[in-house]
Amino acid sequence: MSQETIQVAALESEAIFIFREVVAQFEKPVLLFSGGKDSITLVRLAQKAFYPAKIPFPLMHIDTGHNFPETIEFRDRLVKELGVELIVRNVQDNIDSGRVKEETGRYASRNMLQTETLLDAIEEFGFDACIGGARRDEEKARAKERIFSVRDDFGQWDEKNQRPEVFDMLNGRIDLGQNVRVFPISNWTELDVWSYIEQEEIEIPSIYFAHKRKTFVRDGMIWSADDEVVYRDKEEEVVERMVRFRTVGDMSCTAAVLSDAVDIVKVVEEIRDSSISERGARIDDKRSEAAMEKRKQQGYF
Amino acid sequence: MKVLKIATAGSVDDGKSTLIGRILYDTKSLTDDKLEAIEEKSRQRGFDYLDFSLATDGLVAEREQGITIDVAHIYFSTRKKSFIIADTPGHIEYTRNMVTGASTAQASIVLIDARNGVVEQTYRHFFINNLLRIKDVVIAVNKMDLVDFSEEKFNVIKGEIEYLASKSEYKNQNLTFIPLSALKGDNVVDKSENMDWYQGETLMHHLERLDSDDINDDSQTRFPVQTVIRPKTEEYHDYRGYAGKIYGGDFEVGDEVAVLPSLTKSKIKSINFFDKEFQKAKRGSSVTITLEDNVNVSRGDMLVKVDEQPTIAKQLEATICWMDKEPLQALQKYYIKHGVNDAQAKITQLNSIIKTDFSGIEENPSELELNQIGDIQLKLSKPLAFDAYKDNKSNGSFILVNPKTNNTVGVGFIK
Repeated sequence: MSQETIQVAALESEAIFIFREVVAQFEKPVLLFSGGKDSITLVRLAQKAFYPAKIPFPLMHIDTGHNFPETIEFRDRLVKELGVELIVRNVQDNIDSGRVKEETGRYASRNMLQTETLLDAIEEFGFDACIGGARRDEEKARAKERIFSVRDDFGQWDEKNQRPEVFDMLNGRIDLGQNVRVFPISNWTELDVWSYIEQEEIEIPSIYFAHKRKTFVRDGMIWSADDEVVYRDKEEEVVERMVRFRTVGDMSCTAAVLSDAVDIVKVVEEIRDSSISERGARIDDKRSEAAMEKRKQQGYF
Repeated sequence: MKVLKIATAGSVDDGKSTLIGRILYDTKSLTDDKLEAIEEKSRQRGFDYLDFSLATDGLVAEREQGITIDVAHIYFSTRKKSFIIADTPGHIEYTRNMVTGASTAQASIVLIDARNGVVEQTYRHFFINNLLRIKDVVIAVNKMDLVDFSEEKFNVIKGEIEYLASKSEYKNQNLTFIPLSALKGDNVVDKSENMDWYQGETLMHHLERLDSDDINDDSQTRFPVQTVIRPKTEEYHDYRGYAGKIYGGDFEVGDEVAVLPSLTKSKIKSINFFDKEFQKAKRGSSVTITLEDNVNVSRGDMLVKVDEQPTIAKQLEATICWMDKEPLQALQKYYIKHGVNDAQAKITQLNSIIKTDFSGIEENPSELELNQIGDIQLKLSKPLAFDAYKDNKSNGSFILVNPKTNNTVGVGFIK
C-alpha cells in the first residue's frame, strides 16, 4: 500500500472524465484510431479511465491505403497488446466500387475520401459516439468545436447551432440517426501531448523520430519520395535527408520537417522551440482559409 | 504546468480579438506560418497595421462580418504558466455563449472601450461574472491611445465599475483595472511608455500571478459516481470500482463515507489511479474508489464523508440563464443534468426575471426568453444531492435539456 497522495493533472483528469461519460451515456462508442500520436494518447487515457477492466469499446481505423507502413505495423502491435477489437475499413473499397472518385495530379490526396468511408462504417456498426483525438489548438475552426459534437446522418457539423457546454456537464442525448463526435483532448496543445508521451513513456511509431528518408522538396515543403502514393514531377529531385514527421496523416498530404530529434526528449525540446505550427505541414488545410471548416461541415473528423 | 482558464467579454468593436491576437504576438505564441497568414490577409484588406483579430476569428461567417459569433478557445503559454482563453462574443443576443465560455474560467477579462466608457453591455458582462462567481476579474480599459492616455477617463470608468461592484451580491471578487492599448501593445505584455500615472502590472504579469484552482479549498468531500468498473476477470473477480472525479474535498483510504441518496454507509478500501494505489486523492482528480462493503452504488450516486452531507431533496431553487429560442415557461418539463446525474424536472414557478443592468427584478413574468436570467423553482422526479452554487460550483450547477429537441436549453445555479 502506497502512502502517496494523488493529484491528477487537470487536463488528464478532464480527459478521463470525458471517456467515462461516453461509456455511461452511449450504447455503442468507438475510438477512431489513426495510428498518430493523438489517437495513441487517447488509447492510454482510455486504459487509465477503465483500469483494471479492458477498454470497453473497439478501435476503428479508416485506412486510406496511403498510410506510412510504420504506422500500420505499430497499430497492429498495439491492439494485440491491449487485447481490444480493431475494425479496419478501407477507402480503397469505395474507390474500387466507384462510390468516390480519386483525385489525380500534383496535390492529389485521399484525405477527403475518408469521410465517406467513415460515415458508411458508422452506419454499418450503428456507432452512436465516435471518439477522436482532435485538439482545439490545431486549427481555427477546431477551436470552436464542442467536446460532445452532435452530427446528423450525413455527419454534418452545424457550427452555428452547437449545444452550449457549461462547466463539465456533457449532454449526450441524441435523436435516432444522429451521432456524437467526442474529443477528450480538446483542451490539450501539441506540447501537452508530447510532454504526456514523454512522461508516460508511451511508445509511438518510428516516423515521429528523426530518420534518414528519401525525399523531395516542393513549395518549400519536404515530401516522402514514394512514387506509388505521392505524385512527383520528373524534375523534382530525390535526396536523402534526416527528417521526422510532426503529424501522421497520409503520405500524400503530410510533409516532413528537417530534424535531428532522435528520441522523445529531443522531440519535446524541438516542439517547445518550434516556429511553425503543426498543421502548417498539412497540405490539406492550405487549400483555402476555410478548408477545415468546410470539411467539418461535410462530416470530416 | 498549471493551466489558467480565462474568459473574455467585450462589446462589438471593443477590440477583444485584437487584444487576444496582441497577447499571442507579444508572448511569441504565433508561429511563423500563422503570422505570415495574418500579414498577408492584412495587406489584402489594405490595412497598414497587422489585424491580430484574424488570429482568432475562426468561422467563415465571422470573417465575413468581422465579428465573433461563437466561443473559440485559444491556447498559449509563457515560461510561468499555460493559458486557455475562451473568446466569447459581446453581442446582446449571445449571452449564452458568454456564460458557456465563462463557466469553466477561473479568471475573466472585461474589455471597455476608453472612448465609450461603461455601456449597457459592460453591465451585462459584469453581471455574468458575478453570477458565475469568477474570482478574479480584470477590467481592461482598451484604446487608451485614442483618448490621449487620459488618467481622468480611466478613473471615471473605474469609479463606475466600483459602484456596480458595491451593488453586487458576490463580495469576494478581486477587481483589477488596467489601462491598455491592444492595437499598439501598451500594458498588454510590455509596460506602456505613455502612461506614467499607472503604477500597476501589465495584463500578462497580472494573469501569470493568478491562482488556477477550480474547486474551493474549503469545499466538502463530493465524489459523484460516473460508472462502475467491473472487470470480471479471474484476477479481479469481485472487483467493483467506482469511477468518478472528485468535485470537492480530499478522500482518504479508511474514510467513513455515505452513499447518497440512499445514505448507506461504508469505508473507503482503496483509491486507484490506473495501475497504482494511493492513500489519498485530492479534489479535481479522476480516480477509482473501492469500498469495504458490498453496497449498492450506481451511476449518479455520490460518495461523501459521513459528516459532510449536502442537501438531498426533490425540489430546488435556482437562478437560471436561458439559452434556447423557445422560452421557458412555468409547468414545462425538462431533463435535468446535475453533474453526472439525470432526472426529470418540472418548472413549478418562474419567480422573476433579473435585470442584468443591476436595475432590479421583474416579478412573476410569464416566460423567460433566450439570453434572459431569472429565478425559478423546480420539482424533481428523484432526489438529488446538491450544494448551493456559492459553496461548490461543480455540485451547485445543472443544465436543463429539452426532451423534444435534446438541446441544452438552460444552465442553473442552485441557491
